[in-house]
Amino acid sequence: MSSSPLRRTALDALHRSLGATMTDFAGWDMPLRYGSERDEHNAVRTRAGLFDLSHMGEITVTGPEAAALLDHALVGDIGGVRVGRARYTMICREDGGILDDLIVYRLAGSEAGSSPYMVVANASNAQVVLDALVERSAGFDAEVRDDRDAYALIAVQGPESPGILASLTDADLEGLKYYAGLPGTVAGVPALIARTGYTGEDGFELFVKPEHAVELWQALTKAGEGAGLVPCGLSCRDTLRLEAGMPLYGHELSTSLTPFDAGLGRVVKFEKEGDFVGREALAAAAARAGANPPRVLVGLVAEGRRVPRAGYAVVADGTVIGEVTSGAPSPTLGKPIAMAYVDAAHSAPGTPGVGVDIRGTHEPYQVVALPFYKRQK
Amino acid sequence: MSNPQQLRYSKEHEWLSAAEDGVATVGITEHAANALGDVVFVQLPDVGSAVAAGETCGELESTKSVSDLYAPVTGEVTEINEDVVNDPSLVNSAPFEGGWLFKVRVTEEPADLLSADEYTAFSAG
Repeated sequence: MSSSPLRRTALDALHRSLGATMTDFAGWDMPLRYGSERDEHNAVRTRAGLFDLSHMGEITVTGPEAAALLDHALVGDIGGVRVGRARYTMICREDGGILDDLIVYRLAGSEAGSSPYMVVANASNAQVVLDALVERSAGFDAEVRDDRDAYALIAVQGPESPGILASLTDADLEGLKYYAGLPGTVAGVPALIARTGYTGEDGFELFVKPEHAVELWQALTKAGEGAGLVPCGLSCRDTLRLEAGMPLYGHELSTSLTPFDAGLGRVVKFEKEGDFVGREALAAAAARAGANPPRVLVGLVAEGRRVPRAGYAVVADGTVIGEVTSGAPSPTLGKPIAMAYVDAAHSAPGTPGVGVDIRGTHEPYQVVALPFYKRQK
Repeated sequence: MSNPQQLRYSKEHEWLSAAEDGVATVGITEHAANALGDVVFVQLPDVGSAVAAGETCGELESTKSVSDLYAPVTGEVTEINEDVVNDPSLVNSAPFEGGWLFKVRVTEEPADLLSADEYTAFSAG
């Protein structure tokens, strides 16, 4: 970590007034939790939670060749995304290594055929993504704009979130599908309303101007009072995404892995028009993952109560067969869980004899398919 | 938060009750419990085992991390709190009461245990 002062979101004073425990996350001073992170987690699973995600990095791409640039720079089929829809995708290096995972929103444009795109990167990678997009934009009639300071991002997640949001907006939430976004007004504030999230629940992410963030947060808090909405920190966001089997950059994803190594080869669209950065290496990675995968991302569920942490060795018969990438006590399952990369021979659900080396003791773990949790629709 | 006056404290954030018949109760402070977040697992020393002041004798797992538990005094463990083993959230909800961790027959006390006021100042800094 650099020694530069932590960046603060537009909601910083509000978090402090709520008694939040703050943490340094990718150079931002963010709420870790307000009270019990387990209570916050359970609120999102059963009612609703409110998150400040203003650290996320927004990059806007405009111009006649915006889609062509993104098709070249990213691994997904961005040209195929319709106006008002969003796509989970990745940006890779020429060697196929993952630079970041992204959500790309195609916004409504003022003129046909040239609607802008908003690329949302992880806070820790936003500069890397921005630099790569600028570099890859050479030769395209498109502009890449750093909009990190142009937005605050507030998420309301959980089964009660549609009702809470509906009480504050006339926007057509029923018509707003998962991975779609539409411009609207929420509590009198102009917002891009997106049905996306990182919790495994139904929910919304609201991109607004920073000067409107406090007003929106307070309106959502008030609207959610009767429905059990609580403010939620990054600690429960991590356990929510882990239960939902969603990868986190720096844990399940890194430059030393391709999307195929991470079990996410489906995001790479070889059939799209034109060349894209990493195509050749990714084709080789796809073949390798199909024929002879190095390691496979699996879920592990503890039989005991000790918690696996990132970096702990996965073992079988006294031999290291893999490594934990994320681990936490699961509030929903009531036991410790982990995601881990393990040798293919030990990756089938139910493989016997698998354990995690927890500070010198081999604790038994069950290999399961991801995700650990899937919401009932 | 307020740290009970009748207890003494270690710089590793354990509290120690006044000994009765030579046996004192040990727990972690509210400050430490808040810093850990929700405690989900406690590993305590075995009854009958020897613990040494300033040395690890167990561990506390929370959502985000695992922390060593240090013995604030030297002695022999006479009892562990089975309630907190079964329900580690007691460490968060009642760190100075129902969330106590173990009892120890004290043979030696370090000289640097803190009073409540000293610990309050120490943990604020």
